[in-house]
Amino acid sequence: MQDALAKINISQKHRAVAGGTNLIDLMKYFITDAAELVDVNTIPQHHAIEELPDGGLRLGALTTNAETAYHPLVESRYPLLSKAILAGASAQIRNMATNGGNLMQRTRCYYFYDVNTPCNKRTPGSGCAAIGGYNRTMAIMGTSEHCIAVFPSDMCVALAALNAVVNIEGPDGDRQLPFADFHRLPGDTPHLDNNLKDGELISSIDLPAEGFPQHYSYLKLRDRNSYAFALVSVATAFELCDTGISKARIALGGVAHRPWRVTEAEVFLNGKDPVRVNFEAAADIILQGAVPFEHNAFKIELAKRAIVRNCMMALDPDTQLPGAQPSH
Amino acid sequence: MHTYESGLKEEMQHQSELSMTINGVPKSRTVKPWVSLLDYLREYLDLTGTKKGCDHGQCGACTVICDGKRILSCLTLAVMKEGSEITTIEGIAKDGELHPLQQAFIDHDAFQCGYCTPGQICSAIGMIAEGKAKTRSEVKELMSGNLCRCGANTNIIDAIMDVQKGAGNE
Ligand SMILES: Cc1cc2nc3c(=O)[nH]c(=O)nc-3n(C[C@H](O)[C@H](O)[C@H](O)COP(=O)(O)OP(=O)(O)OC[C@H]3O[C@@H](n4cnc5c(N)ncnc54)[C@H](O)[C@@H]3O)c2cc1C
Ligand code: SF4
Ligand code: FES
Ligand code: FES
Repeated sequence: MQDALAKINISQKHRAVAGGTNLIDLMKYFITDAAELVDVNTIPQHHAIEELPDGGLRLGALTTNAETAYHPLVESRYPLLSKAILAGASAQIRNMATNGGNLMQRTRCYYFYDVNTPCNKRTPGSGCAAIGGYNRTMAIMGTSEHCIAVFPSDMCVALAALNAVVNIEGPDGDRQLPFADFHRLPGDTPHLDNNLKDGELISSIDLPAEGFPQHYSYLKLRDRNSYAFALVSVATAFELCDTGISKARIALGGVAHRPWRVTEAEVFLNGKDPVRVNFEAAADIILQGAVPFEHNAFKIELAKRAIVRNCMMALDPDTQLPGAQPSH
Repeated sequence: MHTYESGLKEEMQHQSELSMTINGVPKSRTVKPWVSLLDYLREYLDLTGTKKGCDHGQCGACTVICDGKRILSCLTLAVMKEGSEITTIEGIAKDGELHPLQQAFIDHDAFQCGYCTPGQICSAIGMIAEGKAKTRSEVKELMSGNLCRCGANTNIIDAIMDVQKGAGNE
């Protein structure tokens, strides 16, 4: 592998292209620049989905989103992940998009895409057009005075809820990052979306054995029913026992610069009855620190309702509709 | 102003010989590395049935079938598909007979301007091959990557449901 990487020599100028669905789009807009594109699809080790000795599952970075979502082991053991992937983009894009590329996709902030406006993520130090501009789709948590963009992935919201681990290969050797440490908050370095270093590649993503196949749900709220990015999305997973909830996971998408989890709310639900009042209390805990901008205050109430609704949906996955739409 | 050429190393400006099988026929052309599959089909091979709607992955008009899977030809580079088998709208009628989806689109009045139609049909072929959509709402969800600006969607789904039933997928 080190050989392949040495030959590949990935960097800001020599970029990896996998599915191309984000990179080629951004290059057409002159937002991302590269002297050379390296087609990494030729690295065969990164294509597999394989079982791990501890009962978990390893998802190759170059396996497509569609292959992953429809893989029998993902469907049966990690249906939350399958649903979240299938709520993203379109069937054609999921046939092209890879798992590694999904983690690396850039924000959909309209000003990031408009090279005529200031944007600290695109051009560090130029300012942020979204803060005083039209910010309906922007973040309500974890923002900074430098950037209020959201990370747009659906797949990653489920990976966050499932405590996935990202496997990384690079010139200085292999390393792992827990999912929570992969994506960054904007702080004063909004040009950095994540903690992957120059020259490194994602090789695979590991799912722990615990997949919550009984009680799970992914809910995605957006401006049209399908083929649109989330305004707010929620991944919920429960383990239930006779005395109530024995384990809860809740991750939000569309509200921050990375998938958003609040452990306090999950701990609060432990041992409680799986009923609406408790879900409402958990939602209040999760949204406690939310700070809205001029046009996106609606996201706070929307997120709270989405959390409650999705917790109810997770109790009864059979009632869920295609496309991660509300079912109750 | 950015241009790809200015940023490229000398050697990358060189064109390369590219071979694929398009609609069952081997084709080779010399192309620059940044040509999209869509432009390759339309501009190099004169296969203009595949449409450019948005060129950014947002409409589905450029859908083709690559090695059995529906993909967007605007978001992939031609050189990344070296050796692939591509099927476009020009390649689906067999022996002078329309493909069942082409016939169903006519029967159901499933187009107005027709600009989205090649992408809709290639996408539907891919969807039926995937075998994941059974109900009407599943078909709608798995066809959502193809927009119709004329609003022929209801008839498009009717046409696909018809063929889907015939294919034993209902
Ligand atoms: C119209 C449209 C709608 C979409 N809607 C959604 C949606 O609703 N939800 C959603 O989640 N996503 C959505 N997407 C985004 C899509 O999921 C991503 O574009 C895709 O996952 C990126 O994967 P890729 O393989 O195509 O990446 P590429 O475009 O090939 O690469 C993207 C970036 O990742 C880097 N990269 C790729 N592989 C690796 C690796 N192994 N290691 C390190 N770096 C790597 C590349 O260098 C590049 O910087 C949408 C995209 C489009 C075009
Ligand atoms: S929110 Fe972030 S991405 Fe959007 S304009 Fe501001 S700095 Fe750029
Ligand atoms: S032209 Fe490719 S999706 Fe619109
Ligand atoms: S028929 Fe005109 S866009 Fe669909």
